[in-house]
Amino acid sequence: MSQKKNSISVALIGNPNVGKSTLFNALTGLNQKTGNYAGVTVDKSYGLFELNNQTFKVTDLPGTYSLFPKSIDEEVACKALLDTNEKIDVTIIVTDASNLKRHLLLATQVIDLKIPCILALNMIDEAEKNNLTIYQNEIEKLLDIPVVAINSRNRKGILELKQSILKARVSNSIFYDFEKQKQFFPQKYLYRNILELGLQKHNENNQLLKEYELNDTVYKFSKINYIISKCIKHPKQIDKTLTQKLDTFFTHRLYGFAFFFLVLFLIFQFIFYIAEFPMTWIEGGFSEFMNWVANILPKGQVNDLLVNGVLAGISGIIVFIPQIALLFFFIAVLEDTGYMARASFILDKLMRRFGLNGKSVIPMISSVACAVPSIMGARTITNWKDRIITILVTPFVSCSARLPVYTLLISILFVDKQTFGILNYQGLVLMGLYILGFMTALFVSFLLKYILKTTEKSYFIMELPVYRMPKWQNVFLLVLNKVKMFLFDAGKIILAISIVLWFLTSHAPGNTLEELQKKAEINHISDVDLNAQKLESSYAGILGKKMEPVIAPLGFDWKIGIALITSFAAREVFVGTMATIYSTGDAENTETLREKLITEKNFNTQQPVYSNAVCWSLLIFYAFAMQCMSTLATTYRETKHWKWPTIQLVLMTGLAYLSSLIIFNTLN
Amino acid sequence: MQTLDNLKIGQSATIKGFIDDFLSLKLTEMGCFPGETVKLTNIAPLGDPIAIEVSGYQLSLRKQEARTVIIEII
Repeated sequence: MSQKKNSISVALIGNPNVGKSTLFNALTGLNQKTGNYAGVTVDKSYGLFELNNQTFKVTDLPGTYSLFPKSIDEEVACKALLDTNEKIDVTIIVTDASNLKRHLLLATQVIDLKIPCILALNMIDEAEKNNLTIYQNEIEKLLDIPVVAINSRNRKGILELKQSILKARVSNSIFYDFEKQKQFFPQKYLYRNILELGLQKHNENNQLLKEYELNDTVYKFSKINYIISKCIKHPKQIDKTLTQKLDTFFTHRLYGFAFFFLVLFLIFQFIFYIAEFPMTWIEGGFSEFMNWVANILPKGQVNDLLVNGVLAGISGIIVFIPQIALLFFFIAVLEDTGYMARASFILDKLMRRFGLNGKSVIPMISSVACAVPSIMGARTITNWKDRIITILVTPFVSCSARLPVYTLLISILFVDKQTFGILNYQGLVLMGLYILGFMTALFVSFLLKYILKTTEKSYFIMELPVYRMPKWQNVFLLVLNKVKMFLFDAGKIILAISIVLWFLTSHAPGNTLEELQKKAEINHISDVDLNAQKLESSYAGILGKKMEPVIAPLGFDWKIGIALITSFAAREVFVGTMATIYSTGDAENTETLREKLITEKNFNTQQPVYSNAVCWSLLIFYAFAMQCMSTLATTYRETKHWKWPTIQLVLMTGLAYLSSLIIFNTLN
Repeated sequence: MQTLDNLKIGQSATIKGFIDDFLSLKLTEMGCFPGETVKLTNIAPLGDPIAIEVSGYQLSLRKQEARTVIIEII
């Protein structure tokens, strides 16, 4: 989407939950893009529309209650309005007509900036339903800017709003105490100066500025109270609203929690089981496509790179789409209906102890399926520290990629399928590993709560929005944007790492591989055995052997070393690599691999290689270690800093190493 | 001195002032400012946070935050 020079730049500003995104979607439709503000993790949404041969470029600023920044979102919104390089031509202040008082604070702040603006009275239908009488002309007179009544949900007034953009003007009304400001800051008499000062100093504890900001806010509300008394007539008697009735259910000590667990159960079912079908189709389709490409192109390096490097990498990225789309479908519906705020409300006390947030629960539970969509889902947490902690600890929860590794190792540990009463040991151990994952995640976040320092003050002052039916266009566009973001941002990194991994496993110094091939042809060595030999002499094999001194204290040999390298692509690759190394061929057939591993003896000691100590050590290692490039790429995408994926890697793999070291040496 | 965390469900009060500097600005911006009437509408099942009705909408806050708001029960 290229921005024409003569396009008019329009910004939407308003409180969270005011229906700003719905309005943005109504204005731009599919003609929109999501990016990032430089240096911060706030999403930037912008789009185009045309009216009477004039192009308008709309930016949807992050939701904010005030222009005195207290969070990254508010900082971004304030900065955008003050920016003189990328100047905004017209600002549309979006307000909720059914609850105008609080919304007018931001409106009066924007008006005091002396920039061309118009006011949109959104949810006008709801105000009428609540029997509010709104004198629109009176508001227009007092604010001295054009006022348009709209309903973004049924597109009422959207055309009128578009037409009035050109009528935007700088108001002559003033809502700040000019004299007071001169007393506080003799050199700074414009309201803009105060906001600029606020942007510079909001991280410091500037007493004078804080005092003025409070003073100004109280002053504005006294003016707003006057406007409300002039422009709005409230009904005398208000019935108990639908929202209040629903709240008694959703925040009930019994039904409230029961409903929350039902929601979790549903999300879990969908991303764990339902997503499995499209994921199998994607993998199946890709492997057919890869075979087709491999056969159609001439054999050689390029063919191998394209098929086993690039296409395999792309397949590994696309396979995440079903889980991401499904999780964000649920998150969008929960946010859009207003339920998410209630879930946060009932869980806050519990999660706070661990340095987490009520909103951390959904990402953490979803992580049982996969950490990638979960880390993206942590975006709903508005508090920076809570969000970072959630992102860092989420991968400790045992994901579905660990399951094949667990299953293989447990089946070696408990060959005879012993039982403990009616319980089967294998099931118990598996359950234990899942509990271990959750406990570790909570324990680590508890520690991080004290370790992580933040300049952002932590508080839980949150609006409980009115319940609404979800708007399907919003849900659809959010899912679409999230999928695109993953494909193009995290996808790049995943693709790069998969090509490196492909190179390591398929290349060897000199012409070792060609010689192996020749020898195999002469000696009639089977393909399976040849592949094992090739992997052993590849760079990955060499690395595995070089790694042996480091991993030997954990009970791992170089063969496991190779599998550790390759399974960095995804944990389940461990099983496939072991199958190749032990030349049992088909990775699907784990039974042969299991037999082989059980009977494998150490050449020198004639003791079984996969002793109890080694298996337990490996199990614990895979429970903790950050063996997943996609997770790291997603963490980078969501934090915009390599610092956080690095910390994640060191923390998780460090903990894995230590735990395995202790387990192996205790059991051996 | 009464603070906002002392309210019982259904009880209303007038805001008189604040104890904490940082929270006072945030609360004021959210429509909780001296002179306004607040009503306690809900308490989370685990006893914390609480939900109040103020300036025509519902706001939730933790008890430790409510403790910084000085009120006069009506």
